[in-house]
Order: sequence, then structure tokens, then C-alpha cells
Amino acid sequence: MIARTASRLDHRTNLLWRAALLHRLSGLGLAVFLPLHFLTLGLAIDGEVRLESFLRWSDAPMVKIGEAVLMFLLVVHALGGLRLFVVENLAWQEGQKRNAALAALIALAAAVVFLAWLL
Amino acid sequence: MTSELKVSLWRGGKSGRYQAFSVPRRENQTVLDVVTYVQRHLDPSLSYRFACRVGVCGSCAMMVNGRPRWTCRTHVSRVAQSGSLEIGPLENFPVIKDLATDMAGFFEKWRDAGGGFVPTKTRHDEIEAILPDSPARLAAAAAIECINCGVCHAACDTVRWNENYLGPAALNRAWTLVNDVRDGGNRERLTVIAANGGCHACHSHESCREHCPLALNPTASIAGLKRRTVQAWLKGEIRSRDREGSA
Amino acid sequence: MNVSLYVWQRATAAIMAPMIFMHVAVIFYATRHGLTAADILARTRGNIGWGAFYTLFVIAASVHASIGIRNILAEWSQLDDRGAGIAALVFGVAVFGLGLRAVAAVTLP
Repeated sequence: MIARTASRLDHRTNLLWRAALLHRLSGLGLAVFLPLHFLTLGLAIDGEVRLESFLRWSDAPMVKIGEAVLMFLLVVHALGGLRLFVVENLAWQEGQKRNAALAALIALAAAVVFLAWLL
Repeated sequence: MTSELKVSLWRGGKSGRYQAFSVPRRENQTVLDVVTYVQRHLDPSLSYRFACRVGVCGSCAMMVNGRPRWTCRTHVSRVAQSGSLEIGPLENFPVIKDLATDMAGFFEKWRDAGGGFVPTKTRHDEIEAILPDSPARLAAAAAIECINCGVCHAACDTVRWNENYLGPAALNRAWTLVNDVRDGGNRERLTVIAANGGCHACHSHESCREHCPLALNPTASIAGLKRRTVQAWLKGEIRSRDREGSA
Repeated sequence: MNVSLYVWQRATAAIMAPMIFMHVAVIFYATRHGLTAADILARTRGNIGWGAFYTLFVIAASVHASIGIRNILAEWSQLDDRGAGIAALVFGVAVFGLGLRAVAAVTLP
């Protein structure tokens, strides 16, 4: 690792840097969630009773909020990937910062709608 | 405008500290003027680099309040709104002393990425006719003005996080040669760029484009390299192998 | 990250992009209609379509996530590239195994 002398690094205020960070963190969140998700579904091996009791546990509001967070992570990660697809394969676009901000808003909207439908 | 400016300058090597100075404030003062004042009037042991002082050579690049900039083209009035300035050596480069960094590694990566032109003709051959509006020439022209100042390298977090990463400047230069129809070195060049630490390590943070004083776009050049290497790899023209020294 | 890992990561992302739409639609539908475990399993058990869809999803997700984890470990942890690759491979195999088990649990008759 290279030593760092600057007491602050201001280049990270670039919105596209933050979009890339959100993309990475959402991916990490989803990667951590995935094994847990598979273990839960695996409860169905023993028949629906254990899975059903898990689903009822997950009716709790805090869990619903967690699910809405996961919905946000999924949508924001997919849209972040779309950003990379556009940057890497299409002609250079202006308005990338606006589009990145819009993508985050869309993901947030999806999560809010999801939560509203649940609660 | 206050009559004095408070500046902190990095003193030392990799380890060191910020030393405070008080510098007279002037109209139309650049950050390079401030550093020069300190060295000439307050502390002659301060080490720093500059040459043209008019924004052509790129030698005076330093971290100014956390951003890599050309200090000769940075007006104090633009960056010292709070009345203070922190000036340090460029990030991601080993520090020699104070504000001067070691550029050797930067140029080694430039060379490793295939930044050298590989000729295919001799003086006895016809001169290659390069049409200025051919797509390849336009792509090369958009990236060719780079003077290797190192600002993009200092701004890039992938450079910070991945010591194998060739970096935006080296890859941008390689892109200009990939698009040069006279050059014959693309097989070797694309092989290196397709390997660990090459163009695929870029996460498109776009900090390079954001900070380039010449408004170049290494992110776009690197995107071009990603496309070219994928095509070459799928066609079997290059193999995925690692550079010497990279894990 | 090199060209082959890049291609695998982008290719699996492309495969999953339309699948995510379907999966999100399924989630919205199931929650909106308040489906119980029995309801869900009644629809998925013995269904080759769901079985194939989610098997492909699991394969793609395992590859994609493990390459992403490899990048994060190589850049943000003390592991070198080789160590990051091994850790990511272990993660990918674990997710793949658990995923196939989950698909079997939900779709086998």
C-alpha cells in the first residue's frame, strides 16, 4: 500500500466515484445476503412448515424494512452495472452524473414502493 | 481579502508532518507563487518541482486541499476560500522530499503498458497516409495530448488500492498506439493490457477525467481498451497471462 | 482482474439482468398476494420452468458474486491476488452448493 500524506482526499466528492462505491457496497451486501437466502429456502426440504414459520417471522416490521433495503441494494446494483455497460460499450455520454443520481433515486423508489405494499 | 494566508506544507518523506507558514496574500496569486515564496523567503530547505510555470509542462503538480492540481494554474482565490491551504506531494507516488515525488514507477508503468511506438516501416517505404478524420485517428487524437503530469495517477483510487494497476496515464497512452495504424506492437501490448493490473482493473470512477488539467478522458480510452482486449481474447489473438512481478 | 475474469463477470451480469426483472416481479407478486409457504411451494414443486430458471440464476450469481468478492478482497484486504482468488473461489463454491440445494428444495417434486 502506498503511504498517504494528504490529510483529506477531496477527489472522492466526485458523484461518479460515489456511484462506484455504492455499486461495490451493494454488491457486497447482496453477496453476504445470498448464502442466508439459500439457507432459508433450503428449509423447504423438510416440508413447508419450517419455511412457513420463517415467513411468518419475517412479517415483523423490522424484517420488512430489511427486505426493502435488500430491494434497494438489488436495484441499485443492477443500475450501477448498467452504468458500467454504457460507459464501457457505448459512445461517450454527457449527463452521466445526472443519470447516476437518477438511478439511485429509482432504486430508492422501488424500495419505498415495496415497503409501502408490504406494511 | 485578508493580508496573510495560512499554508501547511508537507515536510519529510513517506513519514513527516505538515509545517505551517504565513504568506503575504496578493491579487492574482497562484499556489505555485505561494510555494515559491516560502522557499525563497521563509525556508530555503523546502523541496519542490516546477519548470515552465505557465501550465504547459505539468511539473508542478501537487495535492492542494486534497485534490491533485497544477499549482501554477491554481489561483489561490479559487481554493483558499476558508483562508487556509494544505499543499502536499502527489498521492500514489513515493515521496522523495517535501513536495517532490519519485516519478520513476509511473514511467515504468507507462513503458510496461506498451507506451513505446513499435515501427513497421523504414525510410525506404512509402509514408503512411493517415487521414485525420479516420475513426482510429480521431480516437488517438482525443487522447494524445497527455504530458504525463501524473495528476490522474494521483487522483485514481484503483491505483491506490491495486499496486499492479498500470494506471490511467499509461493505459491512455497505450490506447493512442493501439489506434495508430503505423504501429506493429499490438499483440504484445494488448496481452499486457489484458492481464492482471491492466485495463480491466478500472472501475470507471472517472476521477482521472475529472481532474485532468487538459480535459482528457482516460476512462473512455480504458473503455476502448476493454473492448479491444475482449475482442482479441475471444478471437484467440492474445492469451490471458500475468505480467512479471504481478501476483 | 484480467480479461477472462472480466468477460465472465460481464457475461453473467448480462444473463442475470433480465432474470432480476423476473425475480423482482415474483417477489412483488408473492408479497402482494400474501402467499404462504404452502402456496409458493405448490406452484414451484415439480415445475421444470422454475427449476431451470433458478438453476441458471444460481450458476450465474455464484460466478458473478465470487469475482466481485475477489476484487474487493484484492483491493481492500491484506490478501494478495492469489489469496483473494482462493477465498473468492471458496465463497463461490459455497454459494453454488447452497443455491442448488435451495433450488432442489423448492422445485423438486
